[in-house]
Amino acid sequence: MPQPPDARPADTGVIHDIGYRGYTGPRLGRAYAARSLFTQSLRAAYGLGRSGKSKVLPMLVLGAVTVPAVIFVAIAVALHRDELPVEYAGYLSNLGLVISIFLASQAPVLLSRDLRYHTVPLYFSRPITRTDYVRAKFAAMACAQLLLMVAPLLVLYAGALLGGMDFAHNTGQFLYGLAAAVLYALVPTSVALVIAASTPRRGFGVAAIMGYLAVSSTVAAIAVGLSSPGTGGSDATQWTALISPNGLVEALVNEAFDLGAGFDRRHAPGGLGLVVFALVAALMVAGSYRLLLRRYRNV
Amino acid sequence: MNPTVARLTLRGLLGRRRGALLLVAPALLLIISAIASRSSGDAHDLTVKILGQLDLGTLVPILGLVIGTGVIATEIDDGSIVYLLAKPLPRHRIITTKLAVAIGVTWLVAAVPTLLAGLLLYGTKDGVALGYTVAVLVAGAAYSALFLLLGVVTRHAVVAGLAYALVWESLFGNFVQGARTLSIQQWGRAVAEAVAGDTAIGADVSLGAAVPLLLVVTVAATVLASVKLAGLTLASEE
Repeated sequence: MPQPPDARPADTGVIHDIGYRGYTGPRLGRAYAARSLFTQSLRAAYGLGRSGKSKVLPMLVLGAVTVPAVIFVAIAVALHRDELPVEYAGYLSNLGLVISIFLASQAPVLLSRDLRYHTVPLYFSRPITRTDYVRAKFAAMACAQLLLMVAPLLVLYAGALLGGMDFAHNTGQFLYGLAAAVLYALVPTSVALVIAASTPRRGFGVAAIMGYLAVSSTVAAIAVGLSSPGTGGSDATQWTALISPNGLVEALVNEAFDLGAGFDRRHAPGGLGLVVFALVAALMVAGSYRLLLRRYRNV
Repeated sequence: MNPTVARLTLRGLLGRRRGALLLVAPALLLIISAIASRSSGDAHDLTVKILGQLDLGTLVPILGLVIGTGVIATEIDDGSIVYLLAKPLPRHRIITTKLAVAIGVTWLVAAVPTLLAGLLLYGTKDGVALGYTVAVLVAGAAYSALFLLLGVVTRHAVVAGLAYALVWESLFGNFVQGARTLSIQQWGRAVAEAVAGDTAIGADVSLGAAVPLLLVVTVAATVLASVKLAGLTLASEE
């Protein structure tokens, strides 16, 4: 027969000390967290550490920008040419479309998904600040773009040197190419990141970035192409490159380093143009960075 | 056609600020045309560049991409398509309704501004404005069907569509003659040339090839999208 409740022995409920202790060791801190966010974002841009499907497009693009460089080198070496058939900076602007596709598809990967799945507040519950987040993502995307463009430049440079071409000329041109790559990795990227940060939908972000880059450069190309048959006044239409981030960089690099040739060569018109183009490029980057900071001030 | 599905699709496509964003492209086209019509350059050259290269070559594929994937891919992406699929509606009717909405919106934001821009730039001479408008009509319908299919088939519909429209049609189309045979843009041009007369618009594909190809692509994409939607698996994002 069960005993009535009050006849049971009283203290059966005991809180056991299972030895829980707080973490008292060294903490890696804010800088480490920001650095981790940077490396993880850079890897994510190429799909590393992600599923096979998300590696397809970055690797395809990387192949698409590098293979033509290999072919150019192979042709130049096979024909015993003493010069590469293409300029280093010109090579980048010829492949602008493919590089833009990489930017358009990967910038939303870095930013839109965090917004869509509401993971941004989780980052800010860690020691990193909003500025750290923006800085890490910005640097990661710019580095991803830079790596994409440096790879074919290195192929061209190494090929030129191995093919016994002029060392001084190629090194100079290679450095111009690197400067162009840095500009391409900063100016269009900063605008793309602002667009990507404004929408939680990846598909829409991709279309919006590509739409802006493609339409603006088509408009600029049409304006330059229209005026080229009559040589007079062709400098005036070069100003239209200001609306297109890719055209702006191309014009700036061509004028600053005296590159490019042909009737549809894009260049900043004169000394004043050079200054204005450089200013606009700097403004685009700085302004976009400020806009990003403002975007993440309250998420 | 199902009016409720059509209404919901239209709201998803144009609701909030998205409708205003779709108007940016036609506004841009009209502004550029207005500026260009004042310039002293060769009017025909100008028209071909603006309507052929900018409008038919760049704006129409991008608008078709945004609208074609916007009517279904966004719903599949955020999972709300299951509420629609759970209703006792044949899947092919969902596809045809969404396609009709996509084509209607594409025509509204792409074909109407094309006609206006054509009239601004070149007037009614040689039927150039009308030719390009018809080209945008047929190409817009084909792009909508194709990109709607991509939206059902793959989660990366926008990237795949961009690769087709910009890399295949524009980049390869410029260098490789054969690539132009398989390009919606060139089929549209062929139709435009038939409307406008012989010399006004250059086309690389004959009308006899373009019209059947346009029909085949549009119908096949719709049928395939219906079949794919009937057996849709909702995969999580990788």
